[in-house]
Amino acid sequence: MEKQTMDLPAPPPGCKKRLQRLREQSPRLRNLLLVALLYAVFAVPIAGGSINRYYSGILIMICINVILTVSLNLVSGFLGQLVLGHAGFMSVGAYAAALFAMHSGLPPAVSFPLGLALGGLTAALFGFCIGVPALRLHGDYLAIITLGFGEIIRVLILAVPFTGGARGLTVKTTISRRPFAFFTWAFALAALTAFVVYAFIHSRHGRAVVAIREDEIAAEASGINTTYYKLMTFVLSAFMAGVAGGLYASHVGALTPVKFDFNYSTEILVMVVLGGMASITGSVVSATVLTVLPEVLRGFSAYRMLAYSIILILVMLFRPSGLMGERELSIEKLAGFFRARFGARRADGGKGDA
Amino acid sequence: MSVSVLETKDLGIAFGGLQALEGVHFAVDEGEIMGLIGPNGAGKTTVFNLLTSVYAPSEGQIRLGGHSIVGEKTYRITRNGIARTFQNIRLFKNMTVIENVKIAMNSQMHYSVLAGICRLPSSRREERKVSARAHKLLQVFGLDSSAHNLAKNLPYGKQRKLEIARALASDPKVLLLDEPAAGMNPTETNELMKTIRLIRDRFGTAILLIEHDMSFVMGICERIVVLDYGRIIAEGSPEAVRRDPKVIAAYLGGE
Repeated sequence: MEKQTMDLPAPPPGCKKRLQRLREQSPRLRNLLLVALLYAVFAVPIAGGSINRYYSGILIMICINVILTVSLNLVSGFLGQLVLGHAGFMSVGAYAAALFAMHSGLPPAVSFPLGLALGGLTAALFGFCIGVPALRLHGDYLAIITLGFGEIIRVLILAVPFTGGARGLTVKTTISRRPFAFFTWAFALAALTAFVVYAFIHSRHGRAVVAIREDEIAAEASGINTTYYKLMTFVLSAFMAGVAGGLYASHVGALTPVKFDFNYSTEILVMVVLGGMASITGSVVSATVLTVLPEVLRGFSAYRMLAYSIILILVMLFRPSGLMGERELSIEKLAGFFRARFGARRADGGKGDA
Repeated sequence: MSVSVLETKDLGIAFGGLQALEGVHFAVDEGEIMGLIGPNGAGKTTVFNLLTSVYAPSEGQIRLGGHSIVGEKTYRITRNGIARTFQNIRLFKNMTVIENVKIAMNSQMHYSVLAGICRLPSSRREERKVSARAHKLLQVFGLDSSAHNLAKNLPYGKQRKLEIARALASDPKVLLLDEPAAGMNPTETNELMKTIRLIRDRFGTAILLIEHDMSFVMGICERIVVLDYGRIIAEGSPEAVRRDPKVIAAYLGGE
């Protein structure tokens, strides 16, 4: 309880009761406050200039990876389909957004958000075209098909004339020169993605999606149109990846197909698995950790990838279901966990709830 | 003469060169409890798979309430009124008991994806209504106290019951039960008999069931169809079927 009130600015005494009631009634409002607080923690220093370009760049990359991880988790964790071509959808979105920004002739303030939307829609269209044949398959077969798709996209980008081929594409957006505005966009979109996926999963449609993961035959026999839900989820996930791609295009400033190879798809999948299949907060945490980790490990230069891999192996050995398993992180649970930890430590020598 | 809800006409299916079913011809009347029995491999579960369009028949007709349902998608057939359970229980194991039931009510809900994400009042209203109905259904099966437990944590007998409850949640005209008493002890079997009668009396659902437990079948079914090698060899009341020499030969081996 103390922990919660500490997170919020101290309310005047008259308000206290009302705030308390609001907090109990609406966990949503509290979560919103929490997200806003998180935003403020980073946005204020960026605006004030005390976080330099390097760090704000990492923050933006975290947001992009959060979108990618949460959207892949929708398909892999909740729908239960193994997809290995997420970077493919991302690249489609990135190129669509970049090309739009270059050729639309609109002012940057308009072309940037429109480009993101267009990136998402193009990726969604690709998701639809891939999904119709691919979603007839399951498990390893689907993984291979989507892997193949990711590679096809990469080769196509090399081959078609308007993408700049292997030389790449220089993205001309002005937003990347304004870290505060860019971070705000990236953060808002990441938060929105997490919210949309969470709310979707907790609606009747999300229930149907999880049922398909649990038992597709039984879901179909319970009146669920499994083809429709699989395709819809796939397309929704591709859309989000496309938006992340659009952000990425502006962030890096130069697109080359090599950036969207199989390794990147794997990396996103690793983030999903590490965070916990079907845990949104787990995805957020692991996307953050795995984006920051390589940067932190820069000091070890040659041993960087070794350390990265060892950390992954250790996490998988000791937490095979990922950091969060299927659970979600919340303030109450966190407080309860610590209370149980410390209470239990006194009682029987520190047996947590596994 | 009562009205038949579900009827098949000369139903047959071949897998490659194997004629798994041939000339299967029967009708289930409204509110009737009918048994489908036969030795292992006779094609009983295949009949269920044809009725729910998991397989497409090579020949013949299936009519539900007078309309042909051959070629329909499985989920459409469920919405039109045939619900089933499976030989090996197929629950949504990592979902709660009540969620299992709500899944089957999904097709009776109408709010859109966007309304769901924004949690518009229309979606909340529908969710509340469905929750209330699901709880009521669980009460009938004595499962309401474990509504928020994960399905996989239920004891075996309750898992079977939950699967039946889930099938009923889609509001079927005909309920297909594939070996509902498999793996149950006598007490559980007795309880299941009561439950099945209760379903028929309370919901008016016609029931077609596959079962190997003969005392169960004889005790509950009003009519029995016997399959052997993909053909119907006998049909009639439990007493008549029990005395039929062809049935005895099929089970015990004869000639």
